[in-house]
Amino acid sequence: MQVQIDPSLFEPIRGRTDVADEIVRPSITYWQDAWRRFKKNKPAMIGLVTVIIIILSAIFVPMFWPYDYATQIRGHENQGPSWEHPFGTDSLGRDLFIRVMYGARISLSIGLVASLINLTIGVLYGGISGYVGGRVDNIMMRIVDILYSVPLLLYVILLQVVLEKPIEQAFETSFLRVFKGIGSDLILIYIVLGLVYWVNMARIVRGQVLSLKNQEFVLAAKAQGASAWRIIWKHLIPNAIGPIIVTVTLAIPSAIFTEAFLSFIGIGVSAPMASWGTLASDAYRGIRSYPYLLFFPAACICITMIAFNLLGDGLRDALDPHMRK
Amino acid sequence: MGRYIIHRLVSMALTLFFIITITFFLMHAIPGGPFTREKPLPEAIIKALNEKYHLDDPVWKQYLDYWKDILRGDLGPSFQLTNRTVNELIGLGFPITARLGIVAIVFTILVGVPLGILSALRQGKWQDYTTMFIATLGVTIPSFVLATVLIYFFGVVLKIFPTTSGRLTRPIEYVLPVIALSGYSLSFIARLVRSSMLDVIKQDYIRTARAKGLSEFKVIYKHALKNAIIPVITYLGPLAAGLLTGSFVIEKLFSIPGMGGYFVNSVGNRDYTMIMGSTIFYSVILVVMNFIVDIIYVMVDPRIKLMGTKEG
Repeated sequence: MQVQIDPSLFEPIRGRTDVADEIVRPSITYWQDAWRRFKKNKPAMIGLVTVIIIILSAIFVPMFWPYDYATQIRGHENQGPSWEHPFGTDSLGRDLFIRVMYGARISLSIGLVASLINLTIGVLYGGISGYVGGRVDNIMMRIVDILYSVPLLLYVILLQVVLEKPIEQAFETSFLRVFKGIGSDLILIYIVLGLVYWVNMARIVRGQVLSLKNQEFVLAAKAQGASAWRIIWKHLIPNAIGPIIVTVTLAIPSAIFTEAFLSFIGIGVSAPMASWGTLASDAYRGIRSYPYLLFFPAACICITMIAFNLLGDGLRDALDPHMRK
Repeated sequence: MGRYIIHRLVSMALTLFFIITITFFLMHAIPGGPFTREKPLPEAIIKALNEKYHLDDPVWKQYLDYWKDILRGDLGPSFQLTNRTVNELIGLGFPITARLGIVAIVFTILVGVPLGILSALRQGKWQDYTTMFIATLGVTIPSFVLATVLIYFFGVVLKIFPTTSGRLTRPIEYVLPVIALSGYSLSFIARLVRSSMLDVIKQDYIRTARAKGLSEFKVIYKHALKNAIIPVITYLGPLAAGLLTGSFVIEKLFSIPGMGGYFVNSVGNRDYTMIMGSTIFYSVILVVMNFIVDIIYVMVDPRIKLMGTKEG
């Protein structure tokens, strides 16, 4: 019996050894890798697309819609949904669709601005606490523990009462007058929500900084004489960016929710602008006769909350596989 | 254990001290004072009012006086509802809120925990998907939306339940507010129990229990549940906070004359002493709740390292 073997199989592979160590596949950055994981996650993609649609319609729909949020159309009061008014009209004959779109602008801007303020305070506080460590860390974290054990919503309400007049005054008199168009009660909400809900962010940043600061690359940076500020800013924060982004994304819906809650009990954004919470609250009085007035703003709140939560969960899985539940 | 309790007591006292101090100074930072009206009151009346409520004293003296009152359990007079004290208003409203809250806590646990267990035991089956779908909706839908939907369908359209609950005298009046109030926490607990149950039933001692030939019922309810339930205990503190603040809106929607309504009204009327009093009252309840929960937690789970016993 003969086995036929091709002798070429036994020849040494020549000319290949020098490139054996070469990386053949294109290298993938952190973001490309995260995006690859994110794309596979269906609920997260649904969340992302929904968030994009909501943001785009909040920006662009008011630009070409024939009505304004304050325009009262005579003879069109209390109409149900129709082609002309997809969401119907309210008791003053205002087009609900455009009011909901302006509401989206207000609610989304509250979510974004408040989360950015949270982010700034939280990163500074958590970064300093984690990096300095020792006694400073101990005291700073005690304060965070205290803040954690009190009902923050109460302090949101309290701060809103306290800061109402000073902020109104600041926007009447000082150089901040240029922002007056935004409305002082909207700015009040931005500031109050931003000032109160940073605790979570501070805890997460501190935890990240603590686990990173003893690693070799930080030691290397220190050995080269980098300042503490540079180490936090250039080395620690970029390495903790995943959890930070996830926390911000999840903070947006909770800020939107808190504002809707406050508006619903009557201490949020006031007329003529209306956030989704205000619209829902106004509609509640007429729920027996005009339930659609409540349905649309309420549905918008729910959809936005769900979309941001799906997006946040997806980002957590994609950016930070360790945090995966 | 004794040292742990003392440690926690001290930190609780410190927390309450900060809460009261911060609340006091925040309220006193408001420009204009409590008697600023659209139509200004005559100078003499304002002066008399300031004198009556000791608002003309220096701030530090007012602060000390406030402490003296608080230590006697007196939260002072209401500035808006004359002839009422904050204590009276809390006494009127809080029993109703507490009844609603306790029923909601019991409902949350009695429904949330079994749903979580069911979902974990039927992991990947339709029971799991249905429960988790509802729970995901439950944690994202705001309570006031849920409440209005419930009122509309069960109160206005089907007319099964009353749309207003009043003083909660009949059992049927509890149904809708309790569901609306506990929607979020119930879903949260169901998710919590599910994930901790899934964790626990993978453990070796569960395999041992099964290998001994124990019935599935005994394995789950005697061995697994005991450990799976522990995270629920830690959630009791936030749960109480959520139910108390959630009641602001629920009480308004169902016209329940509870504490939440008084608080929201006092914010609307800028009734400073009432706002301050309620904030402190709520905070004290919740901080004490957290304290009790922490103690129970340590007693139930011997694996927890006692903070404050060794390194402090």
